[in-house]
Amino acid sequence: MRKRKTQVALRVNGEDVEVAFVPHKTLLEVLREDLGLTGTKHGCELGECGTCAVLVDGKPVLSCLALALDMEGREITTVEGLAQNGRLHPLQEAFADLGAAQCGYCTPGFLCTSKALLERNADPAREEIEEALAGNLCRCTGYLKILEAVELAAARMRQEKTRGR
Amino acid sequence: MKNFEYVLPGSLEEASKAAADGGAKLKAAGVDLLDEMKNTVATPDKVVNLLSVGGMREIVRTKDGWRVGALVTLAQLADSRLPAAITAAAGEAATPQIRNVATVGGNLCQRPRCWYYRNRAYACLRKGGTVCYALEGENRYHAIFHNDACAIVHPSNVAPALLALGATVVTNRRSIPIEEFFVLPSDHVDRENVLEDGEIVTEVQVAQSRWSSAYREERERDSFDWATVSAAVALRMDGAVVKDARVVLGAVAPVPLRSKEGERVLIGQRLTEKIAQAAGEAAFKGATPLSDNAYKRLVGPANLKRAILSAGL
Repeated sequence: MRKRKTQVALRVNGEDVEVAFVPHKTLLEVLREDLGLTGTKHGCELGECGTCAVLVDGKPVLSCLALALDMEGREITTVEGLAQNGRLHPLQEAFADLGAAQCGYCTPGFLCTSKALLERNADPAREEIEEALAGNLCRCTGYLKILEAVELAAARMRQEKTRGR
Repeated sequence: MKNFEYVLPGSLEEASKAAADGGAKLKAAGVDLLDEMKNTVATPDKVVNLLSVGGMREIVRTKDGWRVGALVTLAQLADSRLPAAITAAAGEAATPQIRNVATVGGNLCQRPRCWYYRNRAYACLRKGGTVCYALEGENRYHAIFHNDACAIVHPSNVAPALLALGATVVTNRRSIPIEEFFVLPSDHVDRENVLEDGEIVTEVQVAQSRWSSAYREERERDSFDWATVSAAVALRMDGAVVKDARVVLGAVAPVPLRSKEGERVLIGQRLTEKIAQAAGEAAFKGATPLSDNAYKRLVGPANLKRAILSAGL
């Protein structure tokens, strides 16, 4: 039974963190307000826009509709966790190269959701990308550059994998 | 959001006992409940987390069908080998992010999307007030059947499909044929199903059959939206002839609505486009649209016709 602030152990972007918060806080609020990870954005707050999407155990979920208390023991990845060893994730590079972000507000949600897609499907067709990103709204780009950036990142990741062999 | 006491029950009995308390709400993933709590339409003192009970997360194949745990996600259901209408309905619901967490039990028990219900400024009939504001107000997404008292439409995608396949809802207390699970506003205006205090959906049972089925919906946006009309159809075919049919309409009534009128047109007939069209028209003949939603009487038959054809051909 929990009403006051509770100390909870979370695992965020590969790091174990202890954080205290009141039960009604969403994962989004805890990430931004208690952990300082402001890359994940507040959008509609009601599950329609996808801008708050993060990865939980590798799957995209909406952090605005998840209680942070339910995240104990889960592996959370935010946009801050995408770059590795000082190098941007290929998706981030492709989004920058192709201008797939304009105002940029929806970008973290698109990046996290696309990362999950490319991890289960290294060579998605355009329709598969559209389906995977159906829950992410962008009001600037008209989506075309986003779809192209995901395809470019996928191609670069496949190339890198072949070279690495 | 108002603060609350978070209850982590270790068993269904504990969950049921905690949920029977007047100020308590049950939650699975919490997708719908958090939405309601943010709008302060729901202000529970206690939130009882079913995820901590354990179990109810698997689809079990039995010798005569499937047992779908109440905490199975819509993504799991969409990827399963259940009848086509059910997997299609689950796969069309909401967005990929929501389907990754939203549960079958939660989908069946979610509250209506009516904007008057979801807006704290309106003390509507469903929230204990005296007026259904949709009847004289903005009602383009509302019911065109059984809409004389409260004009909500039932929001579940999965429910019409489960109803077409004759599923059974199992709770911690009883088994309920899904046809008897949902209630009309004329019977209960403050809830959408027969569940009593402390009663928890634990699983949904679907029998295996030779019926072929399909689910189809229309919506304003292609990517993600609530259905403006939907239809789930199950047919028992003998060659090209429909031996038996179950036709269910979604997003047009406060409950997923079985259409015996549509079924009567199909049964015993060779399935053709003309018969499917006639069934679609028969199913919507008794509609009583409100000021802004007569389009559903046009879109509905066309959508139903296509669902019938894709189930039978």
